[in-house]
Amino acid sequence: MTAIPDDCLARNEWICGEYLSTRRQILIDAVVQHLQLTAVSVLIALVVAVPLAVLARRWEWAAGPVLALTTILYTIPSLAMFSLLLPVYGLSAALVVAGLVLYSLTLLVRNILAGLRAVPEDTRQAARGMGYGPIRLLLTVELPLALPAAMAGLRIATVSAVSLATVGAIVGFGGLGNLIYAGMNTYFKAQVLTASVLCVVIAVAADLLLLGVQRLLTPWTRAVRS
Amino acid sequence: MKTLGDAWAWLTDSAHWAGDDGIWHRLTQHLVLTVVCLLLSCLIALPVALVLGHLGRGGALAVNISNVGRAVPTFAVLVLLLLTPLGKWGEGPTVVALVLFAVPPLLTNAYVGMRGVDRSIVQAARGMGMTGRQMLWRVELPLALPLVLSGIRIAAVQLVATATIAALAGGGGLGRIITAGFNLASTAQVVAGAVLVAVFALLVEGVFEAAERLAPGWARARGRAG
Repeated sequence: MTAIPDDCLARNEWICGEYLSTRRQILIDAVVQHLQLTAVSVLIALVVAVPLAVLARRWEWAAGPVLALTTILYTIPSLAMFSLLLPVYGLSAALVVAGLVLYSLTLLVRNILAGLRAVPEDTRQAARGMGYGPIRLLLTVELPLALPAAMAGLRIATVSAVSLATVGAIVGFGGLGNLIYAGMNTYFKAQVLTASVLCVVIAVAADLLLLGVQRLLTPWTRAVRS
Repeated sequence: MKTLGDAWAWLTDSAHWAGDDGIWHRLTQHLVLTVVCLLLSCLIALPVALVLGHLGRGGALAVNISNVGRAVPTFAVLVLLLLTPLGKWGEGPTVVALVLFAVPPLLTNAYVGMRGVDRSIVQAARGMGMTGRQMLWRVELPLALPLVLSGIRIAAVQLVATATIAALAGGGGLGRIITAGFNLASTAQVVAGAVLVAVFALLVEGVFEAAERLAPGWARARGRAG
């Protein structure tokens, strides 16, 4: 004889250990999808943003239009952005990734450009005097010096992407957002709270990870301080 | 291109403008939500920021709140609030979530603006025998105004975006046209709704941009914080 289950799932409580143990696989799948969506988006955005920022730095006339365009894209609300891309990508993960890339671009281009502009003219002159060509100057002097500003932009872009990815639930590719959306329709409190908390945990963890990477990549900034 | 034609046909069909699900009604809802929440957020954030900025205390807190705000997914907060008793009170969850997300940029920008006022000017004002209150109103606030205004602009654009996502969680506003489009599997309606939202967001940004340009020289934004 089996008793009628009287656990926190049946009582629909906000915090529920039963939910964690019975829906473990669903949660893991959602987290994996969430991580994939954000990681792929931010990486693509980075690959596009670096050349754009370098070009805008080389030719100052290009800076205005590049910044204006990315700012306009950033102004469009996420739900509208995903919807505008619908005819191009259909109901797919690519749709969510494309939307997130467009958002990350603004933050990345702006910060990388600010970092490149902040490289002291003396330093560039010194490198040129030492016989550095433009490519070597860019790769070994300018980009490393722009790194702290670029990393600050990357951190904000990543954290924002983690939180915006949830809206992808509208097309079924929202990672943890899918669980929040489904939980809303079925009034499933434990699922909504657990997925929301996991989102924030991922965002904070990603931020700390990038902070660690930044410290490893820019040892000179610490040497100056101490 | 066919989709754009369909979307245009949907937009220009007068039947879609009238009624409770019509464009006019949704547009009004969106506008009212944005304006009411912007006023509420200013009433909460600005006095706190001005007093903290004047006293020079709690700055780290103001900036940290702003950073944490980015990590919390808007959609998750909306759904969480919807499942609380607040959910029974119509637009209640939407208003609370909107205000919650608009306060951090207002707070940070106003605080940073107040702290950015040249200390020697404040010293001079004190030397002239101004009281703390006079200093706040006649010296610090006018000089901090550019950053305060740019905080209001960021908050306004963010409110438009958040009000759009609120539709995903059953709230009103233009986003409802998009979510209804998804439910009907009507790409034309989804794209039409997205265009409406995008134009609305860009208009709000444009109005603030124009206001900043028309403002007298000393009140023009020197930059943004947060």
